[in-house]
Amino acid sequence: MLKHFVFNLMQMFVVMALSPLCVGILNKLKERVQSKTGPSIFQPYRDLYKLFSKDEAVPKQSSWIFRITPYLVFMAPLFVTLLIPVLTDYPLFWAFMGDMVGGGFVLALAGFFATLAAVDTTNPYGAMGSSRTRMVGFLAEPIFIIVFFTVSYVADSTIPFIVQQKWVNPMSNFFEPSHILILIAFFMLILAEKGRIPVDNPSGHFELAMIDESKDLEFSGKGAALMKWGGYMKFFVLMCIFLNVLVTPWGLASTQNFLDVILAIPLVFFKVLIFLIVLTIIESSLAKLRLYRISEFMTAAFVIATIAMMTSAFQH
Amino acid sequence: MNINLSLLINLNALAGGLFIISAFGIVGSRQIGVCLKFFILESLFLSCSAFLIGMELKSLHPIGVGLINLITKVFLIPYMLKIILPSTIYTKREINHIINIPSSLIISLFLTIIGWFLAIPLILALGPDPILYINLPIGISGLLLGAYTLTVRREALPQLIGILAMENGAFFAGISLARDLSVITELAAAFDILVMVFVVAVLTRKIHEQTGTTFVGILKSLKEEAK
Repeated sequence: MLKHFVFNLMQMFVVMALSPLCVGILNKLKERVQSKTGPSIFQPYRDLYKLFSKDEAVPKQSSWIFRITPYLVFMAPLFVTLLIPVLTDYPLFWAFMGDMVGGGFVLALAGFFATLAAVDTTNPYGAMGSSRTRMVGFLAEPIFIIVFFTVSYVADSTIPFIVQQKWVNPMSNFFEPSHILILIAFFMLILAEKGRIPVDNPSGHFELAMIDESKDLEFSGKGAALMKWGGYMKFFVLMCIFLNVLVTPWGLASTQNFLDVILAIPLVFFKVLIFLIVLTIIESSLAKLRLYRISEFMTAAFVIATIAMMTSAFQH
Repeated sequence: MNINLSLLINLNALAGGLFIISAFGIVGSRQIGVCLKFFILESLFLSCSAFLIGMELKSLHPIGVGLINLITKVFLIPYMLKIILPSTIYTKREINHIINIPSSLIISLFLTIIGWFLAIPLILALGPDPILYINLPIGISGLLLGAYTLTVRREALPQLIGILAMENGAFFAGISLARDLSVITELAAAFDILVMVFVVAVLTRKIHEQTGTTFVGILKSLKEEAK
């Protein structure tokens, strides 16, 4: 029991420590593809350090929502970390506290407060960006639900630790159409949720075209650092759900040995690295969609998720 | 309804899933070149499914059918279209859909569900078989999606691709029903299709030469201008 507790804390520590590095690597890879040198892969850490040592300025008109939002955005991914497998493939201390839908709700809560805070600043760009984020959000919602439907139908559960075993036991389950199609749909969801390229350009700094970035324009100092770090961690947590729950439990620790769990860190990081390379290829070969074309992208994801559900319903 | 799943059956089901996704791609793509690429993918998955069924039943007939399908639809037809039609039409975007793309995709989804329900009585009549569970509903849905493409598209080449997609769907269902379908049948069908593609492509080329467009949706008003 105590060991499980320690492993859970280790998972949280890994998510906190490695998530800025992932974003740094992703930025570096993208710059390399465009034959530029790019910032160091440790740049996000330096950004965070710089922001933490600065003073915070708060808009005069804003209310308590603006003040608690950075903490919520920072806490939500850490809270989800308790529910999902990051390093171990067996359930840990808090694993049965909530399922994948619960994790989705926790992340949605942070997103809700971030939206409110953007409106709270009375900055017109914030309100515009948050309305766009909500548009992408409500288009993403049915896909989430259908993906969870399919998962619960195939694995008889939505607890991540039980779901991940289903896809590799027996091995031929990996090639089930429902599995592969869910992977595609969920990948498209991650792109939409994290504002990656076909939906939103994360490196664009033109306020009128921003979707995801314009929500935290008004934050400064420690608040901005927490918002940024929370964003990095949300990205890492979504990658962990994708790679460790939906793709495979390969590379995770299966014994209660400390050495195994520590060895799982580089293995998981290796999987994340492969994911980042795939993401770089996609981001470098596609252009950002027009705002009204986003609904086509999301409809495509919805169709794929629904087909996954129907094939699984017919196959079993 | 529980079936002992083997790797081959799962792979066949995966080919079916990707087959229906590429059928959705044909419905939802704007560019004519992309539409053709989705059709090539669809034919490729049809061949994969035929090979897997052949391996599973240890029969040569489905493999022969898959091979002929691979040669005609994945290599010959795109090649023929490429040499007959002017290359400019592939990069053109067809903006004037009758129904916009997101609604088209949702309607197609309903068509797929209808296809699935149409397959249930057939499956019940033919007895439980893991190949039938996948190939029959997906084949019928592919047929319906091809017919839908034919209805909403107004360019010549996507309409042709719609007909070919219908044929793909029929074959996808057919290889699961007629297990010992002789290669001669498929050979005859393949030649038929080649001739049809040739005729339609030459016709499209003539239309393109005369009017500078392949937008056959406006052919009616052309007739009035000639008066």
